[in-house]
Amino acid sequence: MPLKILVTAKRVEDSESKIKVNPAGTGIVLEGLKFKINPFDEIAIEEALRLTAKHGGEVVVVSIGGKEVVEQLRSPALAMGANRAIWVNHVGPMDQLGIAACLQKICEKEKPDLCILGKQAIDDDQGQVGSYLAEALGWSQATFASKEESLESEAEKSKAPAIKLSADGKSVTVVREVDGGLQTIEATLPAVATTELRLNQPRYASLPGIMKAKTKPLEEVTPASLGVDMTPHITVVKMTHPPARKAGIKVADVPALMDKLKNEARAI
Amino acid sequence: MNFALPDDIKALQESARKFAREVMRPKAAHYDEKSEFPKDIIRQAAELGLMNMTLPAAHGGNELPHLAQAVIAEELAWGCAGMATSMIANDLALLPIVLGATAEQKDKFLKPFTESFKLASFCLTEPGAGSDVAGMRTTARREGDFYVVNGQKQWITNGEYADQYTLFCTTDSTRKHKGIMCLVIEGRPKGLTVGKHENKMGQRASNTVTLTFEDVKVPVANRIGNEGEGFLLAMATLDNSRPLTAMFSVGIARAAMEHAIDYAKQRQQFGKPIAEFQAIQFMIADMAADIEASRLLTYKSAWLLDDGQRNTLVSSYAKRFAADMAMKATTDAVQIYGGYGYSREYPVEKLMRDAKLIQIYEGTSQVQRLVIARELLKG
Ligand SMILES: Cc1cc2nc3c(=O)[nH]c(=O)nc-3n(C[C@H](O)[C@H](O)[C@H](O)COP(=O)(O)OP(=O)(O)OC[C@H]3O[C@@H](n4cnc5c(N)ncnc54)[C@H](O)[C@@H]3O)c2cc1C
Repeated sequence: MPLKILVTAKRVEDSESKIKVNPAGTGIVLEGLKFKINPFDEIAIEEALRLTAKHGGEVVVVSIGGKEVVEQLRSPALAMGANRAIWVNHVGPMDQLGIAACLQKICEKEKPDLCILGKQAIDDDQGQVGSYLAEALGWSQATFASKEESLESEAEKSKAPAIKLSADGKSVTVVREVDGGLQTIEATLPAVATTELRLNQPRYASLPGIMKAKTKPLEEVTPASLGVDMTPHITVVKMTHPPARKAGIKVADVPALMDKLKNEARAI
Repeated sequence: MNFALPDDIKALQESARKFAREVMRPKAAHYDEKSEFPKDIIRQAAELGLMNMTLPAAHGGNELPHLAQAVIAEELAWGCAGMATSMIANDLALLPIVLGATAEQKDKFLKPFTESFKLASFCLTEPGAGSDVAGMRTTARREGDFYVVNGQKQWITNGEYADQYTLFCTTDSTRKHKGIMCLVIEGRPKGLTVGKHENKMGQRASNTVTLTFEDVKVPVANRIGNEGEGFLLAMATLDNSRPLTAMFSVGIARAAMEHAIDYAKQRQQFGKPIAEFQAIQFMIADMAADIEASRLLTYKSAWLLDDGQRNTLVSSYAKRFAADMAMKATTDAVQIYGGYGYSREYPVEKLMRDAKLIQIYEGTSQVQRLVIARELLKG
């Protein structure tokens, strides 16, 4: 049974760039930053592509933001192999409820069998959208999707999907990462899944893929055209850097070190 | 005038950069030390389209603009220059076919490279003929529908693993460059012997061998262009590939500068990071300015090709300037690391060894100056 899968591609600051809080403490300095796709979303796209490679179907990728998000939609999302993209053109403040509402409207129109989202975005680490979306649609949700096999396993090398479609095509089996172990659940379709780091190793956008992505369909919508009010319910009040690490100290000898490790650091 | 890279080239750069960072870099020291051929990594690069970039779309290739190829070359060399040399060797070997072959020959000799993973070698240099290409002595004697080839080629990149060889040889060595022609050799015909892999100073991941030809029969149909046209074909090929080797220098030097900056900020002497000493700062400042200058000069040499113009002069500027720049930048990076820079435990001495080769292959820095002077003084 062919699957229609909706995935997300959030544009986030590249974790390799140096992030600085602005002097007012209201946000980060965007100047000179590099951006990339949220790595959890990249894993979501990979999983969707593996599922449609196996069962047939279509992968639709969505991003919300100003025109710069088109960059991540084209590459890596479309370049990796997603079939088409929807760009929700929105400049200005937004929060997770607004984002989930846009995705809900798109899902109501597109009627995917499965939505795969990152479990969180590496910029603000909110981790809310997947659950909001499932709730809004009244769909089952499978959060923290992972797999039993390691990322070095043959199953991973063969690019088999870790999310398994049932024989009757009515549900998916998802292995979830829980504290200290794994839990396997079955979720009826339509469903929303969110990805863990260990779900898969995303492919690289190939050069022919990047060339092809230039001409793949990209539809532009706005929150207004979807009927969504983006007024945020949450505002960021303050941002600070983590406390600076204290300078190290020198200890006189090994017994002094052992003493500190035992009594101060409690490491041994 | 516009210095911004087009969006699609930026996307290609990002993809190549990611591959270099995640796949090439982590294995660079291993393949350097062992001097082994990283065939798996090279295969992956080919599958991603980071090789065979020049092949025409009409024959199944990606036909990337030269500017895009140059941008990718920087990233690959940043990952590991030895691996990058082996990757780009395919383009070097296939270029004479792209530039000089008939449509039928292109289908036969280029298309297979777009369909599956294959390696090719460019065979120009000989033990007795390096800079002096026209002094080559590998001969081809016509016998009916075949040429019979005898001679030896030296320093052939990927020669041990190649599925196809682009060979330059002469029908009459007394005619110097007018006697040279280009033949394509498929597989390993009888009489072709591969020598042992050279134990090199740098770029040790790339495979380098001698090839010996003893009465090797090559069909006349495998001749690219006419007899006597080989020298021009080889020179046109080098005009196309010079921007790529120049960009290798930029990639190596950028890696050296990044390491030098990180180290200088963290290494303390006289109670402060050595990055606070002006002598260190000036070395880094020179690296940065020279890298940028090399990159822009090389972009121009690639852009000229994309614009349909001859680039012999500018690509020689670029290769000469960038290769010498990378040698200086990597030597300075070792200097900034001090004693640690001299140790194989740290990454910069490899970069210095790798950079040296760019001043030598595909026309030494002296030969680039000869070409530049010849272009300027002619007429
Ligand atoms: C690792 C490696 C990989 C290579 N891969 C390939 C390959 O795949 N295919 C291929 O065909 N070749 C390859 N080469 C060969 C390379 O291109 C030659 O080494 C190069 O052209 C120089 O030739 P040579 O080594 O014979 O040096 P020579 O030509 O003997 O030069 C020796 C020195 O004399 C200088 N010199 C020579 N002539 C002049 C002059 N007229 N004026 C001033 N100075 C001069 C040179 O600059 C150099 O400093 C490779 C070489 C190496 C080391």
